[in-house]
Amino acid sequence: MLALIPLLASRTLLNRWIMANLSKPADDNSSKQSHPDANINLTVTDGKNDWMDKGFTLIVYVFATVTVFVLFWMSWVIFEKAYPAIIKFGWKFLWSQNWDVPNLVFGALPYIYGTFLSSAIAIILAVPVGLAVALVTSEDFLPEWLRSTVAFAIELVAAIPSVIIGLWGIFVFIPFIEPFEKWLAKTFYWIPLFHTQEPSGSNLLTAGIILAIMILPTMAAISRDVLLATPPELRSGALALGSTRWETIFLVLLPAGFSGIVGATMLALGRALGETMAVTMVIGNSSVISLSLLDPAYSIPAVLANEFAEAENVLHVGSLTYLALILFALTLIVNIGAVFLVQAFGSHQKE
Amino acid sequence: MSSFQQSKAPEDSAAELFTPLPIKRLLFNSGMTALAFALTGLALIPLLSILWEILRRGMSSIRLNMFVKSVIDDGFGNAILGTLVMVGIASLLSIPLGVVTGIFLAEFGRGTKIVNFVRFVTMILTGVPSIIAGVFAYGVIVLSAKGFSAVAGGFALAVIMLPIIVLTTEETLKLIPNDQRLASAALGATRFQTIFRVIVAAAIPGITTGVLLAVARAAGETAPLLFTALFSLDWSQDLFSPTASMSVLIFNLYNDPSPERNRLIWTASIILLTLVVAINLSSRFLTQKRIKS
Repeated sequence: MLALIPLLASRTLLNRWIMANLSKPADDNSSKQSHPDANINLTVTDGKNDWMDKGFTLIVYVFATVTVFVLFWMSWVIFEKAYPAIIKFGWKFLWSQNWDVPNLVFGALPYIYGTFLSSAIAIILAVPVGLAVALVTSEDFLPEWLRSTVAFAIELVAAIPSVIIGLWGIFVFIPFIEPFEKWLAKTFYWIPLFHTQEPSGSNLLTAGIILAIMILPTMAAISRDVLLATPPELRSGALALGSTRWETIFLVLLPAGFSGIVGATMLALGRALGETMAVTMVIGNSSVISLSLLDPAYSIPAVLANEFAEAENVLHVGSLTYLALILFALTLIVNIGAVFLVQAFGSHQKE
Repeated sequence: MSSFQQSKAPEDSAAELFTPLPIKRLLFNSGMTALAFALTGLALIPLLSILWEILRRGMSSIRLNMFVKSVIDDGFGNAILGTLVMVGIASLLSIPLGVVTGIFLAEFGRGTKIVNFVRFVTMILTGVPSIIAGVFAYGVIVLSAKGFSAVAGGFALAVIMLPIIVLTTEETLKLIPNDQRLASAALGATRFQTIFRVIVAAAIPGITTGVLLAVARAAGETAPLLFTALFSLDWSQDLFSPTASMSVLIFNLYNDPSPERNRLIWTASIILLTLVVAINLSSRFLTQKRIKS
């Protein structure tokens, strides 16, 4: 609907311009030596056309400015609403473990810990599997149609809403992985990482695995693009020198695409840090820090999802927004680094 | 006979040409191929499991009157309406802004610093977690209006949809061959006429695809709606009161012991999943058709 209006307007204007200019007599009676085309004025001087063009250019610049402004506006609003908590707690907020809503004492450490650890588990699991998928869908192990189908299927996971993956996690995945976790807790009880008596399914490890499933498409798709962008001469050169396929991959292709793959990892990490719904539903929501992976934990997005709606006290809202500011800063740094890396890889390949 | 031709026996030359690889290298090669395929299979299992389980549990739960009743009466009509309304508000805000910014990125100087800066900021915006967009909408609208509303939810969803629309519009416009722009300029069209009559008109399928993908993403978002639109068990009176949505319904009711509410969440999941998969599949086909032609 919106597109039709300028189309109709411009069509009318164009028609009018054509009628006005083509109905002028081609030859002029003034001089026989002057070139017949000398009198045709190609400059757009028709008032309305020119105004439309100038107005359109203005709108385009304004809208582009608004888009850029959204990011800065967001940063400002979050900082402003977190300010009461920032001046009350300062940097202490980052390593204090106390989150006491009735007494208005807030500390971010349990949430930062949970966020970092669940993302770390996710990255450790997702990077090798993502690289494997990227290699299978970019090298010619499989016929072309199968390659793109597998790539599309993996990308489809990224499109599934996070709350549905959380639902699947609770009703299908946790019953599946609980026996394994109980076995881990029994067999490796002496390792602090698995030092839990009776793990319920909702803990850091489960959240990390589900996060890995969710960030895998990002890792696989971008790594695939990186691998497809490496020049074919590298591959044929390595094969000509007598390396097997996997020697080519490990000694030539992966080092050549290294910066791009690191960029892909950082983008995946950024996604893992900010993931809310699936994590909230499976992480157990306990703000007690514990070294064991099989104990329930909490993450920044999870506590925001659970407590923000009912928070009324200005300091409570401020502390929650302070947490959001920390998360925002973290994802900003990771994403800026990732964009630089992937863009630098792209421009490097073009040389 | 040149001096290069040595008098070697044919069997020796053949042996040189067909030396088999050392067994270690062969094993490494085959082993890694097997590992790669195993990991890829592992990666595909969750997708198949999710689709299968949601379909299985949801199919048996669908009741037709769910679509017209509100949550109080064991239906999710108000949630569907809420999602439609909030995605509608978000589209109204983000589609004009996004398409025009995409036009800016593609048509107003492609390598210039300003365009690169705007594209960089948009790529950063893509990576902002959706819950941060919710906090943003909370700070801007909920605190000023002193209440949760569908408008706040729509605003948060718009922030999420915007960068997707900008980037897909830019990609689509870049695919249009430059000859069309030159021919249009040669015929005397202004930049505005060229862009709208020629370029955007040719790019409409791609832009629609981008918009649909953004809509699919927004329809499934839960986190930003949790504290902007909140939830409502009954039909909302207007745009300025708490509104239910499909995604928040699933989140709020998954713990609910009553079997009717349980049916609701599985049916809602099927609807959301079908919507998202259908849009992604069709956008895939549209893109492939465009590339082929």
